[in-house]
Amino acid sequence: MTNSRLTYREAVREALREALARDKRVFLMGEDVNRYGGAYACSLGLPAEFGDERVRDAPLSESAFVGAGIGAALGGMRPIVEIMTINFSLLALDQIVNSAATLRHMSGGQFSVPIVIRMATGAGRQLAAQHSHSLEGWYGHIPGIRVLAPATVADARRMLWPALEDPDPVIIMEHATLYNDEDELPADGDMSVDITKAATRRQGSDVTVIAHSACVKKALNAAEMLVGEGIDCEVIDLRILRPLDDETIIASVRKTHRAVVVDEAWRSGSLAAEISSRITEQAFYDLDAPVERVCGAEVPIPYPKHLEQAALPQPQSIAAAVRKAMRR
Amino acid sequence: MSDLDRLSLHVPEPAVRPGGEPDFSNVKIPKAGSVPRPEVDVAPEEIRDLAYSIIRVLNRDGEAVGPWAGLLSDDELLAGLRHMMTLRAFDARMLMAQRQGKTSFYMQHLGEEAVSCAFRKALNKGDMNFPTYRQAGLLIADGYPMVEMMNQIFSNESDPLRGRQLPIMYSSKEHGFFTISGNLATQYVQAVGWAMASAIKRDTKIAAAWIGDGSTAESDFHSALVFASTYKAPVILNIVNNQWAISTFQGIARGGSGTFAARGLGFGIPALRVDGNDYLAVYAVAKWAAERARRNLGPTLIEYVTYRVGAHSTSDDPSAYRPKTESEAWPLGDPVLRLKKHLILRGAWSEERHAQAEAEILDEVIQAQKQAEGHGTLHAGGKPSVRDIFEGVYAEMPPHIRRQRQKAGY
Repeated sequence: MTNSRLTYREAVREALREALARDKRVFLMGEDVNRYGGAYACSLGLPAEFGDERVRDAPLSESAFVGAGIGAALGGMRPIVEIMTINFSLLALDQIVNSAATLRHMSGGQFSVPIVIRMATGAGRQLAAQHSHSLEGWYGHIPGIRVLAPATVADARRMLWPALEDPDPVIIMEHATLYNDEDELPADGDMSVDITKAATRRQGSDVTVIAHSACVKKALNAAEMLVGEGIDCEVIDLRILRPLDDETIIASVRKTHRAVVVDEAWRSGSLAAEISSRITEQAFYDLDAPVERVCGAEVPIPYPKHLEQAALPQPQSIAAAVRKAMRR
Repeated sequence: MSDLDRLSLHVPEPAVRPGGEPDFSNVKIPKAGSVPRPEVDVAPEEIRDLAYSIIRVLNRDGEAVGPWAGLLSDDELLAGLRHMMTLRAFDARMLMAQRQGKTSFYMQHLGEEAVSCAFRKALNKGDMNFPTYRQAGLLIADGYPMVEMMNQIFSNESDPLRGRQLPIMYSSKEHGFFTISGNLATQYVQAVGWAMASAIKRDTKIAAAWIGDGSTAESDFHSALVFASTYKAPVILNIVNNQWAISTFQGIARGGSGTFAARGLGFGIPALRVDGNDYLAVYAVAKWAAERARRNLGPTLIEYVTYRVGAHSTSDDPSAYRPKTESEAWPLGDPVLRLKKHLILRGAWSEERHAQAEAEILDEVIQAQKQAEGHGTLHAGGKPSVRDIFEGVYAEMPPHIRRQRQKAGY
């Protein structure tokens, strides 16, 4: 088997290409996805292969293209809707929360909405307060949808197809700082991935570090920093933010007896709070130390690099939290 | 100092408020038969005046006149009359049931029966409506069982939606009736998306979107028109202008626009205004729009000019904001009485047969109600199981919901 080296961006593009080729019900719709290739160039080149009807620029209205995508999904298509960045998804929240997420239930099972909504998320590209949100936890709050956060090139390549096969609405959060990441992937062979399971990215015995999206890399960096101090971290990549895979988290915490939750989002009411609470509920007597959280500062994300980075979890702050959990 | 006056804000006000004499002299009603019927492939810019007129077929004497007349047979019209009478009787019984505490909430159609009943007959099997809460005539006219509607209203053990929706928020895929949304206008753009899917699939089915005068102010209305216009989706965009959005008169949402139909003109969408209390006119215009959609000519916007005779819902008392006798002054009359008069004039109907039909229909509604009440009402008898609330959140139940269900004891 040959390997190919590709970026996260190329992995997303390959996944889109596969989906468009495999299922003629699939089409991509969003702002500037056609000639421009999408804000992060994920669909660059695809219109030439699949035509303007299947890689379609939409009028600039998030509620409308998500709403029309929901309608198309109801009408038997498998739309992939791209929202430029997560802040713009707020304009489509009513369609996502009040329609896509509820229709199966409200209609007594008559209508399902097999839509995939992709959006770029997160801070770190100096895009300031209005384009740097981490609202994954908000979406993770909503019953009726599945929320995926590919943190690796492999997951970016593999998660789209099972998302399209899911009969329910799926949101895929692509962290904006990951698009240039590179990795080796098998050029062919098994592309399947279980979109109900978290992934253990590093085995360890002393402390469990739970992260998702861009923070997985930071957690892995922290783990490497701590090797020299004799601390062996296990790093879990949540991958699926709804429904959360408690089993993997709790099994790891039962093994290590310590947990640090890393979340780029604002601390109060965050996904990190939910995970911390679940650990306390399900593994309290296994814990040797209180659960630590490393989250984004609760401020609008600033613009210049040094200010922006100061507001985000960093390998250093993660390592500090691990030391605290280890009482060092 | 400038010699200009200081600024002042304009707030539109209805012509008359409670205590005043109802006055609809500002509603210009063209003569029946006076508005031309263009070919369906007409260029939108050639029929801009249709957005400012009112297409009418039945005149004061009950005759069907003009170019939009002559589409329906005696039998079809008799069936239409029966649908409207059934909807009216159904509403009356369910209002009573609400007062008796058999449900918490109800919304009636009084005065607007022609809009949904006639529209349904212009669609085919497999077409999809995205309705609001005042189009139950779409279901009645398509033969959806009244007992199913009542089971939903009573939220009983046979509720097809299993207690997961407000009363009257029906849902029937089989009858081309998409789940009603309590959030208004969201479905306008979903209908456009459904129609786009039909075109992408090279199918022949069309969609119909529904909205009221008040909720045309929602941004989803405007962006749906952009999408329909850009992609020329096979969709009929219906606006039911019943003059009142709860207590807000239509002028608040209409603003400086001449009519609601005229909103379509800026999008290059053919826009027609029709007498919503005229069964024949509603059918004729809906059929025209449906043919345009089916021939891949794109969307049509239709404004139905009608009047909400009853309260908005059982939670509303219109005497706080409009004269009590306003509905009697409404110049377009009553849709049931107008069709009845026309059928009598055609020699297809009589006062006696009408009275007999009223009695039969009431009996049918009462029988359906008895059957539904046998399955329970909101506070008595059979109920959906608590187990049901955990079902259908996802196609497959995830472990955490199963745990929550088990914890709840089901």
